[in-house]
Amino acid sequence: MSTFLGITLIVLALSLCIGLIRIFRGPTIEDRIMSVQLMGTTGVGILLVLGLLMDMPASIDIALVLAMLAAVSVVALTRREAEGTKSG
Amino acid sequence: MEALIWTVFDFLLITAMLALGWSALSTHSLRRGIALFIAFGLLLSLVWVRLRAPDIALAEAAIGTGLTGALLLAALRDEESAAGAASTEKPKNTIADYLLIAATVILALILGWALIDALMNRQYSGLANEVFTQLDRSGVTNPVTAVLLNFRAYDTFLELAVLLVAVLGIRSLNVSRRPYLKAGLVLSGLTVWLVPVLIVISAYLLWVGAHAPGGAFQSGAVLAAAGVLLRLSGYHGAGLPARIVIRRALMIVGVLVFAIIGLGLMVLGRGFLEYPLAWSGSLILGIETAATLSIAVTLIMAFLAGETGRAGNQEDSSC
Amino acid sequence: MAEYIAMALITTGLIFFIAGSIGLLRLPDLYTRLHALTKADNVGLGMIVLGLAIISGDLITTFKLLLVWLFVLASSAASAHLIAQRARRRERGLWKP
Repeated sequence: MSTFLGITLIVLALSLCIGLIRIFRGPTIEDRIMSVQLMGTTGVGILLVLGLLMDMPASIDIALVLAMLAAVSVVALTRREAEGTKSG
Repeated sequence: MEALIWTVFDFLLITAMLALGWSALSTHSLRRGIALFIAFGLLLSLVWVRLRAPDIALAEAAIGTGLTGALLLAALRDEESAAGAASTEKPKNTIADYLLIAATVILALILGWALIDALMNRQYSGLANEVFTQLDRSGVTNPVTAVLLNFRAYDTFLELAVLLVAVLGIRSLNVSRRPYLKAGLVLSGLTVWLVPVLIVISAYLLWVGAHAPGGAFQSGAVLAAAGVLLRLSGYHGAGLPARIVIRRALMIVGVLVFAIIGLGLMVLGRGFLEYPLAWSGSLILGIETAATLSIAVTLIMAFLAGETGRAGNQEDSSC
Repeated sequence: MAEYIAMALITTGLIFFIAGSIGLLRLPDLYTRLHALTKADNVGLGMIVLGLAIISGDLITTFKLLLVWLFVLASSAASAHLIAQRARRRERGLWKP
């Protein structure tokens, strides 16, 4: 079982690296913001599996905080100010 | 097989982090650099978990991801509106830049050699054993909280003071920021449930810090994220109390409670911040609660650049 | 027996995750990538969460895991909208067939 979870971890890490390619390449800033979102979700997955593998129940709390704060980061990246400044 | 899996995973993680770190610093557009930096923070909390440091991972997830990103973006907006969008593109490297790069590489090599030498050739024992043997006398069962709030409480006291000084410094720059657009349906829908959830998570982290990873800094940072979210959704006051006096009081309450307890213990004949054994747990919880409020309000005020007046109304914009 | 169900669930979740990431990489347009990202990744995470809940067997852990998934679901739905709105404002990234 722990070998299986270990392979899960590696697949998730590979998924993360694929998201990395988009964050480097992505022509628009929105592509990069999407990659931040992807890394947030994948990071939550990695944390949950890591918590089980390393026997650290606190990692569920960390995953929770990471998910919430990734959402706040996306909000920060997509908001713009009032009065016709350059958007975003 | 186990070791191989961990090696591959660590290798992927390290490569990703190095790639992100390099590109965050070398990209020519600062906005792109900030997005890369936020992603870097996300990965960094994974690294902390991998190093078995869940308290730091919590702090990194809260501060390094949400708050630092928002702070940097707000600073970027100030710069762009002051000097135009072109000012945030990096200029080409000069000779001085290359000299600095060479010096930094040499320094990094020296540090790397020192680290490898320390890890392979020197025997050292940290203070972990001492902490664990003294843990039952500290009033909490989480060793990190015991060190932060009991054994090295003086350091934490001064760190809270440093936060306060930082916000005063930010305030002294006298930047005033325009409010954000009124939130549409989607953002309002998100804020309506996310802010209460963040508040509850913050209270949970404060409480659980006594026996599991958590504590005042993490709790304060999550609460600050709630305030930042409110400000981003168009609530110009970021959820802080409207009266300036209460805002100021909340900012200083952490340092104040620490100092009162420390000096009070001296008056009672013990040393500065030397808790009596029976009261350690309660005193630590009290200090942590005050510290959480302080940290949260201070970080929010830092994001607000020290002002929360109505847009364009300078009389209200004092901290 | 329960272990096999958990492993099957986690494997399905991983397939969804990979599909989402490859979609982010290969799809031609910003908006199509957004679809791949939010839908596939969240379902993948849900499958993995279910599998982990079965493995852990503990009721409190299961509840916490489901809570994490619920929050990720709701917040990434809103984030996807915000990203799409921002892109729409700039009218960029539209793929002409």
